Amino acid sequence: MKKTKITVAVSGLNNTDNPGPGIPVIRALRESEVFDVRIIGLAYENLEPGIYMHNVVDKVYQVPYPSIGSDKLLQRLSYIHSIEKIDVLIPNFDAELYSFISFENKLNEMGIGTWLPTMEQFEERHKTKLPEFGKKYGVHVPHSRPINSISEIDSLTPEFSYPLLVKGKFYDAYVAFNPEQVALYFNKIATKWGVPIIIQQFIRGTEVNVIALGDGKGNTIGAVPMRKQYITDKGKAWGGITLDDQDMLDLCHKILKKTKWRGGMELELIKTFDNKYYLIEINPRIPAWVYLAVGAGQNLPEAMVKLALGRKVKPFTTYESGKMFIRYSWDMIVDLKEFEQLSTNGEL
Amino acid sequence: MKLKKKIAVSETGFIFDPTTGDSFSLNPTAAEILNLLKDGKNEKEIKKIIMTSYDVDESTFERSFLDFMAMLRLYNMIEEHEEN
Repeated sequence: MKKTKITVAVSGLNNTDNPGPGIPVIRALRESEVFDVRIIGLAYENLEPGIYMHNVVDKVYQVPYPSIGSDKLLQRLSYIHSIEKIDVLIPNFDAELYSFISFENKLNEMGIGTWLPTMEQFEERHKTKLPEFGKKYGVHVPHSRPINSISEIDSLTPEFSYPLLVKGKFYDAYVAFNPEQVALYFNKIATKWGVPIIIQQFIRGTEVNVIALGDGKGNTIGAVPMRKQYITDKGKAWGGITLDDQDMLDLCHKILKKTKWRGGMELELIKTFDNKYYLIEINPRIPAWVYLAVGAGQNLPEAMVKLALGRKVKPFTTYESGKMFIRYSWDMIVDLKEFEQLSTNGEL
Repeated sequence: MKLKKKIAVSETGFIFDPTTGDSFSLNPTAAEILNLLKDGKNEKEIKKIIMTSYDVDESTFERSFLDFMAMLRLYNMIEEHEEN
């Protein structure tokens, strides 16, 4: 069948200690059976590898950080859209989602399709509000509390017992075994992401994840559970394997049904040794390991693009368990002229 | 007691549990016993088959067999509710 030509803008082209989902999303879209995609990369920093991967990204534009203000970002996107005629935009950074969600209507008015969680969905799953989320939706959640200053560390006991988790509001999580370590990690994270810092009860068990896509009406378009097999010191998966775990999928369906989740998401869970599941985090976007789901038979980025274009999408009902991914990084040789061109012109 | 249906066993003695993602390698004897379990054989039948095929005394077999079963149980590969 003939493929429909569309232009998709994708962020998250980074691949440092915290790999972005951008490149895996693009790989998935390149394998689409219905779309012939032209990819517009949106880059925040000049050293994002995706910028220089010309077989993967057709054109790159530098965009301003959301922290500079949503207006500047929207303005830049309008300019890019005037040239490229973007059909769908897929943001992949936690730090940028708030901005994109806040002006999603304007994007849609410009003719740019998106498939993002609503602001309500985005806010209620926040790390600082996870306990309320757990109560509301009947999900086991470890006890947690946001703190804004080091002076609050001494009052953590007996509410919490050690070890406990010290988490940034966007990224980073550390296990702390005493108050001194909490203070150390507090400073480290606050310097990078600001406050609040979330203190979370440490649950002993196996870390498992689910990637899922919701249609905004309570239906699960796709879901694939995975266990991290190799975890970096930042808690990122460098290897993983798909699981055949109906209990995990049932929990996922329950959450998507009750929240009427719209868009991609990642559930981070701890499976205890008595087979109980604790939800420790909800990432409101497609995770960097999305290509594992594609390899297991569910091309979720393609399905997401269909939804963003207003097309009907038939939910995936199966995937292959026992599929593994092992992450690999390679050194890409880039001529200084390209770096110069992006730095000077803001596009490449 | 039965082996969980989802457990994948290859001829080489490689086991994969898709509910946990864990994998194990068995020696040839363990692989044979596991395949007998997979075929639905009970302890008595397995004992008879193994003791007929190999030069092993009863107490050695029972000690090793029970240890092996305990390990399978530890790794959650046994259907517990059908234990008899």
